[in-house]
Amino acid sequence: MKGEIRSMDGAGPNALAVHTENVCRHFQMGEALVRAVDGISIDIHAGEFVALLGASGSGKSSLLNLVAGLDRPTSGAVIVQGNNLAALSRQQLAKYRLHTVGMVFQSFNLIPSMTLLENVELPPRFAEVDRRERAALARQSLDRVGLSGRLAHRPMELSGGEQQRASLARALINRPKLLLADEPTGNLDSRTGAEIMDLIRSFNQSLGMTVLMVTHELALAEKHARRLVYLTDGRLVNDTPNHDTRNPDTRNPDTRNPDMSDHDLPNVSAVASEPRGETK
Amino acid sequence: MKSYDVIDLAVRNLRESIFRNSLTTIGISVGVASLVAMLSLGIGLQQLASRRLQKSGLFDTIVATSRRDLGNFREQRENGPPRAESPALDEPARKKIEQLPGVIEAYPDIRFVTEVRFDDKPHLTMVAGVPLSAKNNDAFEGMQGGFFSSEAAPEVILQKSFAEELLGKIPNRGADNTSIADLAKPLLGKEVTMRYAERSTSPSSTGSGDAAAGAAYSVVPRQQVLKIVGVTDLDPESMRGAARARVFLPLKLAQELHVMQSSDLRDNSFSATPTYSSLSVRVANPNQVPAVEEALKKMGFAAFSIVDATRSMSQFFAVLDVFLGIFGSLALAVASIGIVNTLVMAILERRREIGIMKAVGASDADVRGLFFAEAGAMGLVGGAVGVALGWTIGRLINFGTNIYLGRQHFPPAQIWSVPPWLVLGAIAFSIVVSLFSGLYPAARAARLDPVQALRYE
Repeated sequence: MKGEIRSMDGAGPNALAVHTENVCRHFQMGEALVRAVDGISIDIHAGEFVALLGASGSGKSSLLNLVAGLDRPTSGAVIVQGNNLAALSRQQLAKYRLHTVGMVFQSFNLIPSMTLLENVELPPRFAEVDRRERAALARQSLDRVGLSGRLAHRPMELSGGEQQRASLARALINRPKLLLADEPTGNLDSRTGAEIMDLIRSFNQSLGMTVLMVTHELALAEKHARRLVYLTDGRLVNDTPNHDTRNPDTRNPDTRNPDMSDHDLPNVSAVASEPRGETK
Repeated sequence: MKSYDVIDLAVRNLRESIFRNSLTTIGISVGVASLVAMLSLGIGLQQLASRRLQKSGLFDTIVATSRRDLGNFREQRENGPPRAESPALDEPARKKIEQLPGVIEAYPDIRFVTEVRFDDKPHLTMVAGVPLSAKNNDAFEGMQGGFFSSEAAPEVILQKSFAEELLGKIPNRGADNTSIADLAKPLLGKEVTMRYAERSTSPSSTGSGDAAAGAAYSVVPRQQVLKIVGVTDLDPESMRGAARARVFLPLKLAQELHVMQSSDLRDNSFSATPTYSSLSVRVANPNQVPAVEEALKKMGFAAFSIVDATRSMSQFFAVLDVFLGIFGSLALAVASIGIVNTLVMAILERRREIGIMKAVGASDADVRGLFFAEAGAMGLVGGAVGVALGWTIGRLINFGTNIYLGRQHFPPAQIWSVPPWLVLGAIAFSIVVSLFSGLYPAARAARLDPVQALRYE
């Protein structure tokens, strides 16, 4: 089963990480048909940092869930690294979630009865990694987010920022190629939120992880993402490269593509130029 | 997920809501305990009954009679030669029976009612001949004194109730607490005089093959002095019912005395040579009883063994065990509903947790396995505790019963038995029932939609 989910190894910097084609997710709510995602086509290249923006109920989280393999589209295709998620079995989808994507949520979603180490160990546990090896991986991962002193703490004993960092460590541990973040700073104060965003951006840059982040805070998106995608009522209304000068990635004229139009692909040379040694 | 990881997670989940899971596990324990207690009593009663029968010493004995004596219509319907053609149960027939495979010996059944005098007081009783081989019989296990010194020694063994009668004690069933040793002390070594009627063949009729000549014999009153060598507690002939003997003579002596027996009158109408009313056929192994019985029937004799009686007894106990098992299992069935309830509650409570696990890559099988392991662990612990509890309950019932038996002056009895197969079987049954109960919750947890589960606050 592992072999069926192709890894991104060897994919060039301009390779497509995510491709959706007229993807729809409709819900039947009694009499009414709710079109949470209504025909979105989008291409995200490997190494990109894309912010999904929109008001509440615009369908950004639903789109993220479709890309995460947590939900299946009503119609259309979600192709991640060449695999159409809609065609995968439940078991294959579980493998996909385990190895290809890492997720962070607004509400952190750590298991309260487990220590941080155990929480972070959870994905390699499902991946049947040997006990000692996965403990080492979890320590390493927690160390990376600056929580090496909190291994035995339970989530409730930690601050929101620390919990979100632990959740990032968990998303990171299986070295996925795609990091999906659903309002990662929504429950945090601005200073802590900024720390989390710095971490996410460092994963994007130093580990070459493709990041798709849902947020309704434009300022945050402008500061960190390199591409802004706007959704309204389940439809894509605007897809634009970020020219914000506060963003160190977009401020640098060398890494900016002045000709980028709405649906064009962003310049990913900055990512490409990063050392890729850390990626698997 | 690796199996030890599944178990590890399951155990930590069970510990998380220890109170509720303990209550569920106690429910299973009570179910298993009732099952174990019921079955251990059923098995114990069965063992007690078969032990009692075994003690009777007749497990390896078949009673063979001539069909001529058993003249009822049912006999005629059976296969085999009709009554008139049935061979006589005489000495050649006895020898032939002894040649049958598996047969150790076949000896005539000699029993007669006569007068036994002790201290010049007459006592009427049934007297029976006992072969020397009966010495090893369980029936004489707890005997006071000793067995007959030789095949034809002028000695007697008394049955407890007769010993009481000789000593002028009124046998009182139920409240009978006189020890056999106390009874034997004043009697052993003493002598009794047996008065009996000897059947002596008249010289004129010997050698004559004509049936009518058989009628010519005389009855001579005689008496024989016998030494009391033993007093036995157990009834060596519990099968005999009304024809129970209370005084036992060595078989050879009984034969040599030519005591007039009730069957003599009938026998003479068919044959001049002495025939036996019945033969006791002992086999080497109780397993051979049915085969020998079959062989005897083929030879034209009627055969009866205690196996016939135990067969219906085994059937009764099988039915009893099934009923006790069903009642015991009912409690376990109720407990299994408790497991379903606990696990379904756990799904509701851990909805978000299941969603998280799925979001980070747990497969349906991982989640299902986790719930299964939790059900199985509750089954295992509940089963083990339940067996211990059932064992204790069985012991208490046994203890209580023995106090009651003691008050009624009965010897204590083991009415409870927990064989190893019951222990292992009950635990295995508990695990199977628990896993079965876990089927639905586990499937439900596995199918949980992660998006819904994560949205749930």
